[in-house]
Amino acid sequence: MKHSTRLITGVGALAVTALALAGCSSGGSGDTTSTDSADSGELTPVTLQLQWYAQAQFAGYYAAIDQGFYEDEGLDVTILEGAADIVPIDVLTGGDADFAISWVPKVLGSIEQGAAVTDIAQIFERSGTTQVSFKDQNITTAADLAGKTVGSWGYGNEWELFAGMNKAGVTLDDISLVQQAFDMTGLLSGDIQAAQAMTYNEYAQVLETVNPATGELYTEDELNVIDWNDEGTAMLQDAIWADSDRLADDADYADTAVKFIKASIKGWAYARDNPEEAATIVTDAGSQLGESHQLWMTNEVNKLIWPSTSGVGTINQDQWDQTVEIAMDTPNETGATVITEEPPASAFTNEYVEKALAELEEEGVDVKGADFAPITVELKEGGV
Amino acid sequence: MRKVLLGAGGIVLLVVVWELYKALGPATGVMIGDLTVLPRTTDLAMPHVWDMVARLFEEGGTGRNRAPIWLLVGQAAVFTLGVAAVGWVVGVVVGLALAVLMQRFRTAESAVLPWIILSQTVPLIAIAPLVRRWGSQIELGDFTWENWMSVAVIASYLAFFPVSIGALRGLNSPDAIHVELFRSYGVGWWRTLFTLRFPASVPYLLPALRLAAANAVIGTVVAEVSIGLRGGIGRMIIEFAQQASGDPARTWAPIFGAIAVGLVAAGFIALLGVLLRRYRRGEVPA
Repeated sequence: MKHSTRLITGVGALAVTALALAGCSSGGSGDTTSTDSADSGELTPVTLQLQWYAQAQFAGYYAAIDQGFYEDEGLDVTILEGAADIVPIDVLTGGDADFAISWVPKVLGSIEQGAAVTDIAQIFERSGTTQVSFKDQNITTAADLAGKTVGSWGYGNEWELFAGMNKAGVTLDDISLVQQAFDMTGLLSGDIQAAQAMTYNEYAQVLETVNPATGELYTEDELNVIDWNDEGTAMLQDAIWADSDRLADDADYADTAVKFIKASIKGWAYARDNPEEAATIVTDAGSQLGESHQLWMTNEVNKLIWPSTSGVGTINQDQWDQTVEIAMDTPNETGATVITEEPPASAFTNEYVEKALAELEEEGVDVKGADFAPITVELKEGGV
Repeated sequence: MRKVLLGAGGIVLLVVVWELYKALGPATGVMIGDLTVLPRTTDLAMPHVWDMVARLFEEGGTGRNRAPIWLLVGQAAVFTLGVAAVGWVVGVVVGLALAVLMQRFRTAESAVLPWIILSQTVPLIAIAPLVRRWGSQIELGDFTWENWMSVAVIASYLAFFPVSIGALRGLNSPDAIHVELFRSYGVGWWRTLFTLRFPASVPYLLPALRLAAANAVIGTVVAEVSIGLRGGIGRMIIEFAQQASGDPARTWAPIFGAIAVGLVAAGFIALLGVLLRRYRRGEVPA
C-alpha cells in the first residue's frame, strides 16, 4: 500500500511537471523577456539570438559587450549562439530572444508564413556570398556556369546563385547542381567546379589549404570569384530583427530597440577601427576559429558593412526591393520561390535605426566610414 | 588477456587495412559507373593514421584555452560522457517505470506501448530545438534550466525506449509455475515484482541497458550539434570539420573522442553485468 502511494505520487509529480511545461510553453512572449520590470538605473536584460556559433561574423555585438557600449545604453545583453537546428526567427517569435540576427531572404519566408518580425537595422549592406572556382575552369560570370558542376549549400543559401543564373539565361537544366557540405573539400577534390563560398569563411578555407601541386598555400591568383554584388543579384544578409507586435505595443521595447541598434553600431565601428582587437574579443568569447582565420573574417565582414551608403543599419529601399524581387521571381530546382507575394509593410522600418544614427552622429561616431580601408590579412595553413 | 589481445589486434587490422588501401587503392576511388563505392585515397579524403594521431599531440584551441588537442578532446569527452550519463539514468528510470506500469496493467500496455514505439519515429532534429525552447522557459525558484539539461533530456528520449521494451519482456519472463507459486503463498504484487520479476528480467535488461547507453551517447552528440551546446564532443566535431579542407587529419581527433565515450559507456555496462552476475542465468551472451 505504501508503495502504491509512492507510485501515485510519482505519477502525479510527472503529470504536474508536464502541465507546468505545457503551461510555460504556451505562456508565450511576455514572461521571460519583459523589459518593463527594470527600474531606471538598473540594466535592462536583452537577449540576442545569432545564426551560428560565436565568430567574427558577429564581431560588432561581441565588441559592444566587451567595450561596454550596451551597458552605456543601460542594456545587459546576453548573446545566444545559433546551431544546426536553431532558427533565429523562431526563437525570436517564441519570445526567447528580444532580437535576432538573420538573413533577409530566410526571414521573408517566415514572414509570409505568419511570423510577425521586423528588420530594424540592416547591418550588412553587401552580400558575402560568392561562387568560387579554380582559374583553369574559366568561370568568371554567371553565364560561364553553364555545363559545370555547381555546388550550393541549399537551405536558403542558393537564391543569389539561382537569380544570377536566371539573369544570365542559364537554367538549372544547364548545370549539374551538387549539394555542398559546409567545407571546401568538394572544390579541392574536383567534385565541384564552382563552389559556394562566403568571402569571410569558406573562401579563406581554400586559401588556408596547401596546394599539393606546389606545396604551398593556394593563392587568390589561382581562383576565380563570381561576386553576386557585381552580378546584380545580391540579397540582403545579416540584419537585426525585432518582434513587430512588441514594437507596436510596448514603448519600452521600442526604446530598447533604438538603444540596442545604437550600441551595436558602435560595436561595429569599433571592429572597423580595431579589427585585431575585435577578432581577439570574439576568440575570447569562445570561438574556436584559428587566429588568422578570425582576423580574416573580421576584415571581410567589415568590407560588407563599410563604407556605408546611408549610415550603418539603414535599409536602402533599392536593395530591399531587389531582395524581395528575387525572392518572388526566382524558382529553385523544385519550382518554388521564397515568397509568393510582397511582404507586409511591417517587414522593415528605418524608424529605429534613424533615431540611433542621429544620436550616434551627435556623439561624433562615424557611421558611414567613408574612408574605410580594409587591412591585409595573411592566412596561415589551417587558419591557425 | 586473450580478449584484450584480440581487441588490440582488431584495431591494428583496421589501421593496416586503412593504410594498405590508401597506399594501393586508386587516387580517384573505386567507382562503379558514376557511383563511388570506395573512397578516394588522397590525403584530403583519407589522412594517414599517424597524421591523425600526431594531431592529438599538437596545440589546439584558441586564445586563453590553448592546450594539446588530446587534452581538449579529453575534456570534451568527459563533458559529453557526463551529459550522456544523466540522460541514461533518466532514460533507464523512465523506461523501467513504464515497463512496470505496463506489466501491472494490461490496459496500460495496450495504451502506452504504441506510443512508446511511435515516439522513436519522431526525428531527433525536430524535437531538439523544441526541448531547448521549452526548457528555457522553466524557472522554479533558483532553479534555471540549462542547455545541457535539454541535451540530457534528448539523450534520455532515445535511451528509455530499449529499456522499456526489454524490461517489459523481462518482467513477463518468469515461468507461470513460479508466478503461481508466489500467488498460492499469497505474496503481494510488489513483493513478487522485487523478488521474482526483477531478478528474472536481468538477462533481458542488460542488453537493453547496453543499447540505452549507446543511444544516450549518440543522442547526446547529435543533440549537442543540433542545439549547439558548448563544451562537448558534438560541437567540437562541427568546429573541427569546418576546418576540414585545411587540415583533414585534425577532424578525426574529436571522432576518436566520441569513440572513447562509447567505449567507456560500454565498459560501464559490462561492469554492471559483472555485478549482476548471479542473475544472469540463461542469458545468451551478446
